[in-house]
Amino acid sequence: MTTEKTGTHGAILQDKAPEKDAPIVELRGAGKSYGNIRALHGVDLKVFPSQVTCVLGDNGAGKSTLIKIISGLHQHTEGEFLVDGEPVRFSTPREALDAGIATVYQDLAVVPLMPVWRNFFLGSEMTKGPWPVRRLDIERMKKTADEELRNMGIILDDLEQPIGTLSGGQRQCVAIARAVYFGARVLILDEPTAALGVKQSGVVLKYIAAAREKGLGVIFITHNPHHAYMVGDHFSVLRLGTMELNASRAEVGLEELTNHMAGGTELAALKHELSQVRGVDVEELPEEEDLTATVASTEGKS
Amino acid sequence: MTQQAEPAVTTPPAPGPGKASDGRTRERPLALRLLARPEVGVFLGAVAVLIFFLITAPAVRDGSSMANILYQSSTIGIMALPVALLMIGGEFDLSAGVAVITSALTASMTAYQLSMNVWVGVIVALIVSLAIGLFNGWLLVKTGLPSFLVTLGTFLILQGVNLAVTKAITGNVATDDISDMDGFDQAKALFASSFEVGGVNVKITVVWWLVFAALATWVLLRTRYGNWIFAVGGNKESSRAVGVPVTFTKISLFMLVGFGAWFVGMHQLFSFNTVQSGEGVGQELIYIAAAVIGGCLLTGGAGSAIGPVFGAFMFGMVQQGIVYAGWNPDWFKAFLGVMLLGAVLINLWVQRTATRR
Repeated sequence: MTTEKTGTHGAILQDKAPEKDAPIVELRGAGKSYGNIRALHGVDLKVFPSQVTCVLGDNGAGKSTLIKIISGLHQHTEGEFLVDGEPVRFSTPREALDAGIATVYQDLAVVPLMPVWRNFFLGSEMTKGPWPVRRLDIERMKKTADEELRNMGIILDDLEQPIGTLSGGQRQCVAIARAVYFGARVLILDEPTAALGVKQSGVVLKYIAAAREKGLGVIFITHNPHHAYMVGDHFSVLRLGTMELNASRAEVGLEELTNHMAGGTELAALKHELSQVRGVDVEELPEEEDLTATVASTEGKS
Repeated sequence: MTQQAEPAVTTPPAPGPGKASDGRTRERPLALRLLARPEVGVFLGAVAVLIFFLITAPAVRDGSSMANILYQSSTIGIMALPVALLMIGGEFDLSAGVAVITSALTASMTAYQLSMNVWVGVIVALIVSLAIGLFNGWLLVKTGLPSFLVTLGTFLILQGVNLAVTKAITGNVATDDISDMDGFDQAKALFASSFEVGGVNVKITVVWWLVFAALATWVLLRTRYGNWIFAVGGNKESSRAVGVPVTFTKISLFMLVGFGAWFVGMHQLFSFNTVQSGEGVGQELIYIAAAVIGGCLLTGGAGSAIGPVFGAFMFGMVQQGIVYAGWNPDWFKAFLGVMLLGAVLINLWVQRTATRR
């Protein structure tokens, strides 16, 4: 009987097993042009449940454009965007949310002047009563928000305080808790650690891992390879709007990731140039041959 | 609430039983928390102005003068409410003043020229007013231009149209008297009647003003739509990203101002029977000032519906109080300006001191 009991857990895993083969969100050769500027071109990306997919890239690499397509703020102009194997084209973030794709933005996650609980439920408010007198169910919203935040380890004395008075890390966590609560299947995090201190970053990374444990597919956008390597299962490096690297954790090490992130081969060329300038020690810098990571363009990755 | 704000309290309060506490926030005394709310500040300001005139102008103490002051306040206050909601929503409308006249002119001329029941004119005016709001909101959302520019445009357009169309149709700068037309008495009963309370003649607009204020407060604090108003004013991009219908909220707020302009326009038409086409210019700033004095943030995202009620009362009080005190009414605008600056500065000071402690 006890085996039967534990079997329930196994059953859940089995339920998830077929899902694991099928990505929730998939991009096939997707791209986006703003007028005559091609911000993104030929990007392949798959997001599986219970996996953290890290998207890395320098400024202007196309990270923001990529997540704006997935979150419904912009539409792709080339390639395909599939959710559960069906091609889709979101025209508003609301549609993406309805498909289970929630995005936590670095700078525009919350409305600073509004109380914490109002922010938590913003856009998906709980109501009660028939139409002409339909009103906010404030009691229930405050209670739920408090419970959810405590589950995530965020303890606030006063949910009425404007969310702008919280620290950056707390705000990110409120936004993540909100996304998890509203039944997101895919969680997109736009540079959640960029503006945070070391400890706060750790808290956010912990929640990313917690979200993965809950079976969510997480897209973690960052330009910090160290943060990415701590939680990531799959790494995609964008450079100048194209995919430079697309590798799983088994295929790439932190060092290689950092090199790719920093421009990889370009860096080796820079080393050569620097070596001709007096006073720069180039002995310790990596050579081009050291960079052995799988490169997306040279290998057809499934 | 009962806790004292003694500076001697250096140790963080022990977490209460059962409920873990962050320990870094301390409950401030009730009085300080109340003072930090802008609508409480403006309420005290309104009381101060009232006491000032009760002392300096004995005529104000009379019941009928009080009713008159309330009436004056209500004509500003009814418009100040939607203007305040729009301001909380992050926009403002410079065309609100002349839109009132446009609405009144439309109703008057439609009914008179077509010789129809005045209610036809009233309905047509409502449609026109809502359409002006829709146009303002649509243009703003579509172009992304600041509302200052968009509504400055409609302000000038309406000002010109009011004068030109009225002259072209009636040959005069004012509309014809409609007081003997069908349905006039009904409409007057709704928009411009008065009733007796303890021997004092009270205008119906005072009742409408308070009803609208209560309704606006409820909508703002207790409904999804109210939540959205704060959200689009506080951070438009965030709101859109979490699924708030920003376009709908902004456009409907402009249409709400249109509705207010229609209501006040109808009141003017049915209390004076005729409309001067050149009026209304400058009123939009009075509405905006009443909303700002009432504690609405000019940049959006914060404010209340009850604050502008007190703001409008201060305006009405000063406007009538100067007359009752027997001063030269030419000083009215100067007095208003001083009051606006004073109210804003006091609000700022009170909020800073109350939130710092």
